[in-house]
Amino acid sequence: MPIRAQMGMVMNLDKCIGCHTCSVTCKNVWTNRRGTEYVWFNNVETRPGRGYPRDWEDQDRWRGGWTLDRKGKLKLKSGGRIKKALNIFHNPDLPTIDDFYEPWTYDYEHLISAPSSEHQPVARPESQISGEPLDLQWGPNWDDDLAGSAEHAANDPNRRGALEERIRMEFEQSFMMYLPRICEHCINPSCVASCPSGAMYKREEDGIVLVDQETCRGWRYCVSGCPYKKTYFNWDTGKAEKCTFCYPRIEAGLPTVCAETCVGRLRHIGVVLYDSDSVVAAASVPDEHDLLGAQLGMFLDPEDPEVRRRAEADGIPHDWIEAARRSPVYDLAVRWRVALPLHPEYRTLPMVWYVPPLSPVMSLVEEGVDPDVDPGDVFGAIDQLRIPVEYLASMLSAGDPEPVRLALRRLAAMRAYKRTETVDGDADAALARAVGIEPEDMELMFRQVAIGDYDDRYVIPKAHPEAGPVDPNTLQGACGLEWVDREIRGGEVDDSFDLRDHIVRVEGQAR
Amino acid sequence: MAAWQVMLYAVLPYAAVAAFVVGHIWRYRVDQYRWTTRSTQMLESRWLRYGSVAFHYGAFAAIGGHVLGILIPASWTDAVGIDEDAYHVISAVGGITAGVAVIAGLTILVWRRARIARVRVTTTRMDVVVFALLAVAVISGMAVTILNNVTDTIHYRENVAPWFRSLFALDPDVRTMDGVHWVLQAHVSIVWLLYALWPFSRLVHAWSIPVDWFRRSPVLFRGRAGRPRHASAARSGVR
Repeated sequence: MPIRAQMGMVMNLDKCIGCHTCSVTCKNVWTNRRGTEYVWFNNVETRPGRGYPRDWEDQDRWRGGWTLDRKGKLKLKSGGRIKKALNIFHNPDLPTIDDFYEPWTYDYEHLISAPSSEHQPVARPESQISGEPLDLQWGPNWDDDLAGSAEHAANDPNRRGALEERIRMEFEQSFMMYLPRICEHCINPSCVASCPSGAMYKREEDGIVLVDQETCRGWRYCVSGCPYKKTYFNWDTGKAEKCTFCYPRIEAGLPTVCAETCVGRLRHIGVVLYDSDSVVAAASVPDEHDLLGAQLGMFLDPEDPEVRRRAEADGIPHDWIEAARRSPVYDLAVRWRVALPLHPEYRTLPMVWYVPPLSPVMSLVEEGVDPDVDPGDVFGAIDQLRIPVEYLASMLSAGDPEPVRLALRRLAAMRAYKRTETVDGDADAALARAVGIEPEDMELMFRQVAIGDYDDRYVIPKAHPEAGPVDPNTLQGACGLEWVDREIRGGEVDDSFDLRDHIVRVEGQAR
Repeated sequence: MAAWQVMLYAVLPYAAVAAFVVGHIWRYRVDQYRWTTRSTQMLESRWLRYGSVAFHYGAFAAIGGHVLGILIPASWTDAVGIDEDAYHVISAVGGITAGVAVIAGLTILVWRRARIARVRVTTTRMDVVVFALLAVAVISGMAVTILNNVTDTIHYRENVAPWFRSLFALDPDVRTMDGVHWVLQAHVSIVWLLYALWPFSRLVHAWSIPVDWFRRSPVLFRGRAGRPRHASAARSGVR
């Protein structure tokens, strides 16, 4: 049955310094508009922390994603279509803008227009929605860098249950990490399944999940259906919007804006091949701890000639198959298992994966925080420091510490292996083999994870214009707002090229 | 038969229907982007929960009541054994329940739109017009229902209903509307205005009831034109 290609991303959390450059560049490109002031297709959260929107991981409250019914069949956690249809006039699971934050600006005008007075005038915050003065109680990254964490981090849904007591104890010796987030472009997207209008879809060529702005009717179920809360409601247009994986750039073979501008160069983008028949089974395995393995089992080895032959027969272009062979996502997630999906227990088969950060573990070892741990024994540290391993596991492997432990051990082994090479002058192959990686692979992993050259991090095959109605070359060099320009300036623009002619022609071909 | 009667009961209905039909075709073709519920639940959820649910379910019940009272002739209901008294009880209980729900819902919706700044800023001029027309329509409708039960002045099954059905025969029986209670006349005419404005307002979302939702596979794929469409990955078995 058909093999599909899927774009994916891996973020190496060890390298994230929480600078928010990805968020800012993304926002400037995509959501710098009325109605989307509060929308961050890309955001960076401090962990432990509550996230954006607040406590989005608490699915007992938001009921996003999938669950299994009594017969073990996959169903939306928020209920079936009949229940949804009856609740369509008021979605009980919808976050309000206060769960994100009410966007604001400042009354800068007052600084200039205030009458002379004893004290300097102050620019007060005012809502970007209503224009009314705001008493700021919450905002984007309010708990950044553990700010106010005594109050906020205690609410982190990943700390619930058995972890709570221990983390509170360890919390005095606090650890901190960053979690950059975009849409997961899931293989089994619950937002798409939740949409009453059929406006949301996965692109057949690359699996990117988009909202058709013409078909969306504003029923809002995608917003509550997405467990990652990465579909947003534009309060001005009344339509849903979401991360586009920068598809116009991806089609041209360029990385997404967030990846391109990442200061830490921690993002990797590539293609994986999967068997579309295996999706339902992989998302339906009964034990949440088996979900990661099931998802890994869906991905097909592009080095297998039979897989390549079948992929080509299913219409996947040759250069895409070659790109899949060089895919950093396949290498990090499947081959080396150092990257893990975010909350696989939501059963959406997410496609943005994370290399867990070794640094919080290392710093705890090096500072001798835990008296039981020998500072020279990193593996011992990984095993004994239940935090953050179990904390990471609650985010990245449905609470199963083993995959996180394996990834951290491999990352630590890579450091040790390279240290023997540079310090001793002779790489110790035993260090690599002890974690199940051959020395040659360890070199490749080092190139990908530690060096991360641009061409290694981004292996993005271009879209095939001949396969579809829109030839991007016809639009090359054209400014999308050319006709607006003409209407404003009145005939000053060169008339020899009119983008509208091309769009009309292109639409004509499409129909 | 005065000129104003011809205007209200022969010209207005057909003009409204023409605006309704042509307007919808036009809007559907040129303005998909603004065809939406334009929900404000993101901005205010607590009051919407009561207002929106009461209004919409009340409106469904009211529409059902109108079908029963206006489209179905009295002789038909007699034929299936619903006599005048039984009909009266059904229409009184159902009509008043639906009317109270619609009026309560609309009151909450208008109140939150007027009083809550976030919701107010999303309100367009057309919203104001439609809300005003809706308010007059439901209040006059409620008044008709009450008058029908406490006085003997309405008799809509003998005047408005036959006239309404005569519109479909393209032979409007304007005379039947002679002497109809003025509240009922106002109700009828306001509703025609509402129909005329319908395609140009947020009311268009009523035609977006997601019927296809119940047939389609949960996860949808879209490919470029010309490429074969594979069956949805999730079609087999997921619900």
